[in-house]
Amino acid sequence: MNGTDRPPGARALILNGIFAENPVFRLALSLCPAVAVTTTVANGFILGFAVLFVQVLSSVTVALTKNFIHPRVRIPAYTIIIALWVSTIDMILAAYFPVLYSQVGLYVKLIVAFAIIISRLEYFASRNPLVPSFWDAFGMGMGFLLALVAIGAMREVLGAGTLLGFTLVKNKPLLFFALPAGGFFSIALLMAFFNWIEIRGGGKPSSGGGAHG
Amino acid sequence: MADRRKFPIAALAPLLIVLALPALNSLLPASAPAAGASIVRVRVQAPDQVRLWTSTPIERTDAANFRFTEASAPDAPAEIKAVRSEPDGGVTLTVGQPVHASDRYRIEVVEPPMSRDIAPSTWAVLVTVFLSSALINNFVFTRYLGLCIFFGVSKKRETAIGMGITFSAVMLFTGLFSWAVDTWVLRPLNLSFLQILVFIGAVAMVVQFLDTMLKKTHPALHRSFGVYLLIITTNCIILAVPLLNAQANADFAEAFALSLGAGLGFALALFLMSCSREKLELARVPKAWEGLPIAFALTGLFALAFMGFSGLDLFR
Repeated sequence: MNGTDRPPGARALILNGIFAENPVFRLALSLCPAVAVTTTVANGFILGFAVLFVQVLSSVTVALTKNFIHPRVRIPAYTIIIALWVSTIDMILAAYFPVLYSQVGLYVKLIVAFAIIISRLEYFASRNPLVPSFWDAFGMGMGFLLALVAIGAMREVLGAGTLLGFTLVKNKPLLFFALPAGGFFSIALLMAFFNWIEIRGGGKPSSGGGAHG
Repeated sequence: MADRRKFPIAALAPLLIVLALPALNSLLPASAPAAGASIVRVRVQAPDQVRLWTSTPIERTDAANFRFTEASAPDAPAEIKAVRSEPDGGVTLTVGQPVHASDRYRIEVVEPPMSRDIAPSTWAVLVTVFLSSALINNFVFTRYLGLCIFFGVSKKRETAIGMGITFSAVMLFTGLFSWAVDTWVLRPLNLSFLQILVFIGAVAMVVQFLDTMLKKTHPALHRSFGVYLLIITTNCIILAVPLLNAQANADFAEAFALSLGAGLGFALALFLMSCSREKLELARVPKAWEGLPIAFALTGLFALAFMGFSGLDLFR
């Protein structure tokens, strides 16, 4: 996707973020929070929402101000823009969702170092107009949010026997998945599953490369 | 390290400062001398026995005369099971709960009125925080930080070792620098809401500084580690150290131990992982599991093993 061509429409951009270039499963970017906060659906959702918020607002900010940012200082400028929006969502979450925030607070602050956000700014928002940048950021953020919710759901059902806090199974089926180590196994299983689908479909697995950010 | 002679001695300065800390501590007056009676010295003798030395002898030796609380729970005094008078006028208290050398407590005496805070020795804090951040809460295996870089560079042992050393050094420097900025600039000016922005800037600045310094003063060292320096400018594991320090209200010793422990814990994780991934190259892995999925499963096994460290405490 290079921005010199006419950018694709909103629907294509959103679907691209959710499926073809899903940040977690396909690009293997920003894995730390994907393991760290996904012991429950609610935690995964709140961090996913924070990422969506930061991604959309920083993309919009960069798309609007890209003509005023000198290319040589663009990376520090992007970092400052991201840090600004991360501070904002950090304070909003701390004020309105103190209980959830106490569990995911550190990772919300660390959104500032997520490679996925700055790479979208660098590769998309800095080369495209406002509206496509918005939809691209929205798609990427939604892809991240849905991935976190999916992992969270899997771990919550298997580990604690609940979903969104409601009891599904009386006992705890596989407590292992609620433990730190279980997070790594959940991601491994999901990634292998996506690869397996890809292989069955005739493509080649995508996540063989290195992971960044 | 190609050139051993040129190892940057200045890099050891923070270590020297910390080594000097306990000595510095004993020079300072422990607490302002209260008018009249005071508790001169406190020592934890057995896990549940606390010996007090006082300036004036304590006559009342019933349990109600003493109050022993944890600093974290000042309203819930611990039960005092027995009080024994000592020949020099002091007393030995037997407390109903184990007393840890690494926790903070407060002892109050009703008659004659006196009190004293018990703080752990600097060494106890250093060792506890260090072990906690290196093993019990290992940044990779229990806090899930730096996974991206962890999976990226753990394919070859040599790269992993170089990266581990660079990360430890950078984390120590950035941790201490951000601690200084946080303690002496942000907190006094009530600017804590700028934490994220300032820490990112501080980290980037320190990394740039190290890079320039190393290039000019130790070119050999820069040739072997400079590559790693540039790609870690803003990484979540580097940024997490100042954030955790700020969250824990760490003092200098704690910040030092946390930064060092986090770095060395990460280096250890990288080394372990690179060793097993080199073996993994020879293994036959199902096609869908090749690459990252099997690496994640392997990390899960390590994380399971590291759970064995939880509850590790040398002072209990």
